[in-house]
Amino acid sequence: MQLNETKDGKYWIIAVAGDVDASSSIHLDKAIEAALQTGQKNILIDGTKMQYIASAGLGVFVSRIEEFKDKEVHFAIFGLNDRVKNVFQILGLDKLLSIVADLQQAKTT
Amino acid sequence: MIHYYKVNCHADNLKLIREFVKVVLRDFILNETQINQMVLAVDEVCTNIICHSAENNPDKALEVNIIDTFDMLEFEIIDKHCAHFDPANYIRPCLQTIVKERRKGGIGLLLVGNIMDDVQVNHDNTQNTWRMRKSFAPLSLSRLAQVNFE
Repeated sequence: MQLNETKDGKYWIIAVAGDVDASSSIHLDKAIEAALQTGQKNILIDGTKMQYIASAGLGVFVSRIEEFKDKEVHFAIFGLNDRVKNVFQILGLDKLLSIVADLQQAKTT
Repeated sequence: MIHYYKVNCHADNLKLIREFVKVVLRDFILNETQINQMVLAVDEVCTNIICHSAENNPDKALEVNIIDTFDMLEFEIIDKHCAHFDPANYIRPCLQTIVKERRKGGIGLLLVGNIMDDVQVNHDNTQNTWRMRKSFAPLSLSRLAQVNFE
């Protein structure tokens, strides 16, 4: 898994490429934690190049849902392919997280 | 037909297990989402075995067998000398509770349960055997080569 973090105006975008599994998910968690620690209020996950996600990766997002609410952080995931999006849908996480098609929607959702 | 794969219990090998399942299943008329769900279920069980039961100890090993019949895939995952997972003690967690308690874990077996039609775990003195079954429409498990030939 590779992470690439960029700032686009008020948006902090973390691009995730490759497989988010039990070994790599900790790095994604640390990236989100760092963004929160620096006070980012608009965190977007670019999943365009994400090839696979396991429960460890889902857990990174699930464990932060309440924190995003507490800190009034706008959080969205965009660009997932059908295969990866389906993994979120299996447990209904697409109802608990903002999962949208592209960057533009992620900014406005 | 039975497809067999054996690896050491190290987290780096999870990717190899996923590749094995993917390669075997691409031989059938399944779409990418169906294949990914099977890969995910096997990956979740193997992750539990490697990271928890075997504590990432490469001296231990696990086997993955994929058995295909005309309308069903069976995934058999066997570990030896690893900690015993007792399904009788497993309480299916509630997703809302996981969210509320801000937990990172506990989702894997939920996924497996939602993906598979049937999941069983058997234990004897030295090994745990996970059996997961998923039914498909008969044509789905026709081999691509045979269909192309006809």
